[in-house]
Amino acid sequence: MVDERKIKRRKFLKSSFQAAGGFYLTGLPGCQAESNQNKAEEANQSKVVIAQNKLVRDKNKKLNGDQVGKLLDNAMENLLQFNHSSKAWQRLFNKNDVVGIKVNCLAGRGLSTNYELVQAIVEGLKSAGVAEKNIIIWDRANRDLEKAGYKIQTNRNRLKCYGNDQVGYSRKLYEFGEVGSSLSNILVRQCTTIINVPILKDHGICGVTNALKNYFGAIHNPNKYHDNLGDPFIADVNMLPEIRNKTRLTITDALTAQYEGGPPFMPQWTWQFNGLLVGFDPVALDTVAWDIIEKKRKEKGLPSLKQANREPTYIATAADSNHRLGCNDLNNIKIDEV
Amino acid sequence: MCGAGAVLLSSLGSNSDLLKQDTKNLVEAKYYEKLPHRKIKCVLCPRECVIDDLETGYCGVRENYGGTYYTLVHSRPCSAHVDPIEKKPLFHFLPGTTAFSIATVGCNVLCKFCQNWEISQARPDQINNYDMPPEKIASYAKNNGCKSIAYTYTEPVIFYEYMYDCAVAGHRKNVKSVMISNGYIQAQPMRDLCKVLDAVKVDLKAYTKEFYKKLVAGRLQPVLDTLVLLKEEKMWTEIVYLVIPTMNDNPQELKRMCKWIVSELGPDVPIHFSRFYPVYRLKNLPPTPTKTLEMAYNIAQDAGIHYAYIGNVPGHDGESTFCPNCKKVVIRRIGYQIVENHVSQKGICFNCGSKIAGVW
Repeated sequence: MVDERKIKRRKFLKSSFQAAGGFYLTGLPGCQAESNQNKAEEANQSKVVIAQNKLVRDKNKKLNGDQVGKLLDNAMENLLQFNHSSKAWQRLFNKNDVVGIKVNCLAGRGLSTNYELVQAIVEGLKSAGVAEKNIIIWDRANRDLEKAGYKIQTNRNRLKCYGNDQVGYSRKLYEFGEVGSSLSNILVRQCTTIINVPILKDHGICGVTNALKNYFGAIHNPNKYHDNLGDPFIADVNMLPEIRNKTRLTITDALTAQYEGGPPFMPQWTWQFNGLLVGFDPVALDTVAWDIIEKKRKEKGLPSLKQANREPTYIATAADSNHRLGCNDLNNIKIDEV
Repeated sequence: MCGAGAVLLSSLGSNSDLLKQDTKNLVEAKYYEKLPHRKIKCVLCPRECVIDDLETGYCGVRENYGGTYYTLVHSRPCSAHVDPIEKKPLFHFLPGTTAFSIATVGCNVLCKFCQNWEISQARPDQINNYDMPPEKIASYAKNNGCKSIAYTYTEPVIFYEYMYDCAVAGHRKNVKSVMISNGYIQAQPMRDLCKVLDAVKVDLKAYTKEFYKKLVAGRLQPVLDTLVLLKEEKMWTEIVYLVIPTMNDNPQELKRMCKWIVSELGPDVPIHFSRFYPVYRLKNLPPTPTKTLEMAYNIAQDAGIHYAYIGNVPGHDGESTFCPNCKKVVIRRIGYQIVENHVSQKGICFNCGSKIAGVW
């Protein structure tokens, strides 16, 4: 059954890839294409697509990879305003890219980036011409990945999957504001671009962990940066050029989300959101993520994060004039629900 | 599922199997409290980290696995050397002997001027570590002719359990133990540790709250409390003060600090004013001018401190020990080398017969 699903999806992507290639060659040539692309990206900078569908789960509540793939397709089409997801992937990635998929597997089973989503992202990248061997599924440590169910794979001719401990950290110290860190060599040396794939969840110290906080898994000393609710450290980490410049897309795995008790997996406080948050602006994504968690907390009769003394103030810091990483005003974020 | 293009999946064991694998060779930490929902609260250092399951503390070397707190660095030093005791610096503790010096990765503060940041700010999986249980450390120390084991380079508070066990193993072989620390530790663990230590050097990094907040990510008061506790415990203690231009070299601050030392600790606690070199995140400042160190040295002497020193300026007279009574040089040093020693094995000045404070 699993294989059948995979075949269906590949066939679908194969046809997508062919159609998109034709569009790219004839539709947006040369400078005009670049100009249009810039306009499109500018217009989409503070847009967040929330894609939800209960069909991502079967009757036993298990994720259906095909449906997760379709959900991602819908989100990508909406985000980049194409009627075919492969065109969206081609707008963002090409065959020269080496793409790191920064997952979040700290909480182990139950609340880590789901492999069905990662698989869909891999297929999307392949539809844009990125070779499988140029894709690295990546997190803090091999052990974290393994605990979440991923298999460590370092063969240079295949899809790769490993942690920072596999290749170490930069000797160079990267600094911004209060932060001074060595960065993962996966980020610095191996990848030309990153897709950030965090989890939507509550955080016992920083309030919320989503797009911005996920890059604590790229630095060698995240333990030093949880004081003061992670503020301004989380924003500062995201200002490091290797992170800021290489991040091309954020896809939040909100298939299962957690509104209390994070970052570890606490099943009593998770819910099946059955969705993805997709966008370019990490601050906007975090703002929307925070809003979703607050609403769920209210629904469950829990105090707001501010009342719980862990309001995620780092999000506003990320938007301030020293950082300008994005928009934290819900009124100015275009939220498309698909 | 593992065909080309598919995300690689591995089979998973049960939660308890995974926990057993993770904690197989780990030693449970001391000084922590269990909280609901698998959280713990560490009460080893004043930071009092509250740590969720699968998270580490601020130090980066103590981790919560399923509601039990473990040290990740017991028997796993990243550095091991034979050093002159003067390098620590301890000038009044068995001078001229060597210390088997060890460190693990990790630290419970974040000094922007850390000279060993590559190991102090790292975590155990980022650095190559040795496998050296306490008995092995004690044997290495003994076999290398070291009179002591020094816990140094990084911050030994964070490898407390290992330090404690090494000190016990060392004493069995008649090897003493010295802790080279920032003094950022809670009272009870420090008191317990005093039972197995023979000397402590404390970095007093400044005498203002602001400095500790901005440049250390810590607090001053717990360090002062530790110094007072060490006096109560009658532990031989020396202080190092790294003088950083424009940051902690204000004469008034130095005067207040020296006055506090004399009144709270007594005049016999040595203080070493060390020269700063630009490193880590304070590369924008110059090395400390010698005249600034001499100013601090003079302030200490004027305040009544018997044993003030100037460090990291090899060949300076301020490296030598002067008898507080006859004012003659009793130990002349150049760098870490002793070139003259006029103190008896009982700590008596050969010139005037006065007692020179210390462990001889």
